Amino acid sequence: MAALKAEGVEHIFGIPGGANLPTYDALYDADLTHIQARHEQGAGHMAEGYAKASGRVGVAMATSGPGATNLVTAITDASMDSVPTVFITGQVRTDLIGTDGFQEADISGITLPIVKHSMMVADPRHLPDYIHAAFHIASTGRPGPVLVDVPQDLSRADIEYESASGPPDLPGYKPSTDGNIKQIRIAAKAIANAARPVIYSGGGVINANASEELRALARSDNFPLTSTLMGLGAFPAPDDQWLGMLGMHGTRAANYAMDEADLIIAVGARFDDRITGKLAEFAPRAKFIHIDVDPAEISKNVPVHIPIVGDAKKVLPKLTEEYIALGADSSRTAEWWDRIRAWQREYPLNYERNESGEIKPQAMVEAMYRATGGDAIITSDVGQHQMWAAQYYHFDRPRRWINSGGLGTMGFGLPAAIGAKVACPDETVVCLAGDGSLIMNCQELATAVRHEIPVKVFLMNNGYFGMVRQWQELFWEGRYSSVEMGPSPDWVKLAEAFGATGMRVEDTGEVEGAMRDALAAEGPVLLDVRVSPEENCYPMIPAGQAARDMVG
Amino acid sequence: MEAGTPDLIKLEDLEAASGRLSGRKHVLSILVENRPGVLARVAGLFSRRGFNIDTLAVGPTDDDSISRITLTLDGAVHPIDQVTKQLHKLVNVIKIRDMEPGETIAREMALFKVSAPVESRAEIMQFAEIFRARIVDVSRRSMTIELTGTLDKIEAFERMIRPHGLIEMVRTGEIAIARSRPDA
Repeated sequence: MAALKAEGVEHIFGIPGGANLPTYDALYDADLTHIQARHEQGAGHMAEGYAKASGRVGVAMATSGPGATNLVTAITDASMDSVPTVFITGQVRTDLIGTDGFQEADISGITLPIVKHSMMVADPRHLPDYIHAAFHIASTGRPGPVLVDVPQDLSRADIEYESASGPPDLPGYKPSTDGNIKQIRIAAKAIANAARPVIYSGGGVINANASEELRALARSDNFPLTSTLMGLGAFPAPDDQWLGMLGMHGTRAANYAMDEADLIIAVGARFDDRITGKLAEFAPRAKFIHIDVDPAEISKNVPVHIPIVGDAKKVLPKLTEEYIALGADSSRTAEWWDRIRAWQREYPLNYERNESGEIKPQAMVEAMYRATGGDAIITSDVGQHQMWAAQYYHFDRPRRWINSGGLGTMGFGLPAAIGAKVACPDETVVCLAGDGSLIMNCQELATAVRHEIPVKVFLMNNGYFGMVRQWQELFWEGRYSSVEMGPSPDWVKLAEAFGATGMRVEDTGEVEGAMRDALAAEGPVLLDVRVSPEENCYPMIPAGQAARDMVG
Repeated sequence: MEAGTPDLIKLEDLEAASGRLSGRKHVLSILVENRPGVLARVAGLFSRRGFNIDTLAVGPTDDDSISRITLTLDGAVHPIDQVTKQLHKLVNVIKIRDMEPGETIAREMALFKVSAPVESRAEIMQFAEIFRARIVDVSRRSMTIELTGTLDKIEAFERMIRPHGLIEMVRTGEIAIARSRPDA
């Protein structure tokens, strides 16, 4: 506990059980706030939401066996999206390990492929060292999840805590963050010679707290900029230089610009298949500069011409400075901008508005933007609603958009919102949920009620696994297989059963007002918004195709 | 392309530096912390990323706290720089060396149990002598032969001995060490 406090931990999310009883006993009179989740997966996503909203390390605890295995999805999610998190699991007593003891699971083994690092405590005297090493590894370099597995008998040991003197001794862990200055100079010169440059920024910029530095680079010469789903908010939307999100459900302007660019400056982004589409036809005319703190990301999917390994916060200012010093001619991108403006005029994000009272899901997101004044932390689940939020809620600051990108975890939104609200109690936190997703972790409404965490859940209820339905409609001849949600549950009653406020809205004219009421109400609120059931999310690049093949 | 040159970098001159296949066998010599589970991490990484290990040998080093993993893999199938970069992400991996073929001594040991009735013993012993192998066990029907050498040598011996009836073969996988410089 003393080690956790020394790491600045104020909040822990978790559930007690047999194997972590000693830890929870120590928690009883520790000066830390414990948020008691209702499912360990929820606790894990809360820790992620906490970390993503605040930039601090999120901590989740679970007991051995099923408690630990319930964390697995959250740990994988944190790994895919590089979320600084520490997971502390109980383990059976050392004399029972390997005997298939009660509630024994080899959680270190199970999580090997999905952690940044893991440790099983073997000597209780070293427990504080493990904790410090875990926080160090989770939060430095490319952030990620670290698992600390503590056998029950070892966590009972009463040890004297001596505060750590300096960083932990990890001979195999030395992230390079500065960026090679020679490479940075070469990059600056290449940029100065590019006629059709695009900056492509990702979640790494948010993780590095480098939004200001990214903006400075973009502003240094009117460079067009697009962000991934995870990078939204690093650059303000809307903005003259902003092309919108790129990728499968990105804007045509962004995807076409990538397609025709002669130089792409990738910052903290990893050329995921949702970005590149068909790899062989991705940005065929471009050379690539890739700035990333993780050297293994460079040339993993797309061969890179100028690699720069480093922390965006350190590299970007140097690159901007070197670029400005070259005094490049700004007019070289004029034609490029003409081309981009033409795409923007021809293909703005749009949807069919209708005169009936039916609530279009896109209109719901726009109403949410107005009701929150564009100034809320928005979490989401995974699916159509997530994409519409990314398209129509204009994020202008980092750490305001919290969602599950890499793993695409349905059920992420509600617990992540709880974690974000705990981290930022003065901010408005809204979970934009899907009805298919929300039910996967709806038990956490109890956590919000019990701990008086006033998150607002705006449920985009279309009665389907909407994105799967869309794919079945478009690519599987409309054969809807197991995508209808049916009449259950009654969301208003469900919210009320948990002790939260339940509301429903079915007319488009009433959405914004209902949202304002929900935001003004005390405590957690679930607002069930009945939207058009079969609206499709466009535009889209069909899976495995190229940017030029965008439909819708 | 020098960083200090005043000229701008022409985009058409840029070439992607990595992600290429070398087309040859690589021997990676990996120093790891001597802790439980480290081999599982390395092996797990290979299977997760779809990298195929051809041979693997693990043993102690002159330092108790450090072990060495020597593994070989096919650079025609996997981009080696991606493999080493992924390995480097394992916290317990301290150092990786992609051994230069011309500057490396690589050896493997193999044990062959060969069917050896009296009439063919002389010939088998002759093969063993040619390959500087040692006969380490003899029974009425079989002989066991120990051979140390390069991969090629071991494979050549296997081809020679197989027609006599190879009952069992055990190989260690290659280990490797860098040659000293002439003046060192």
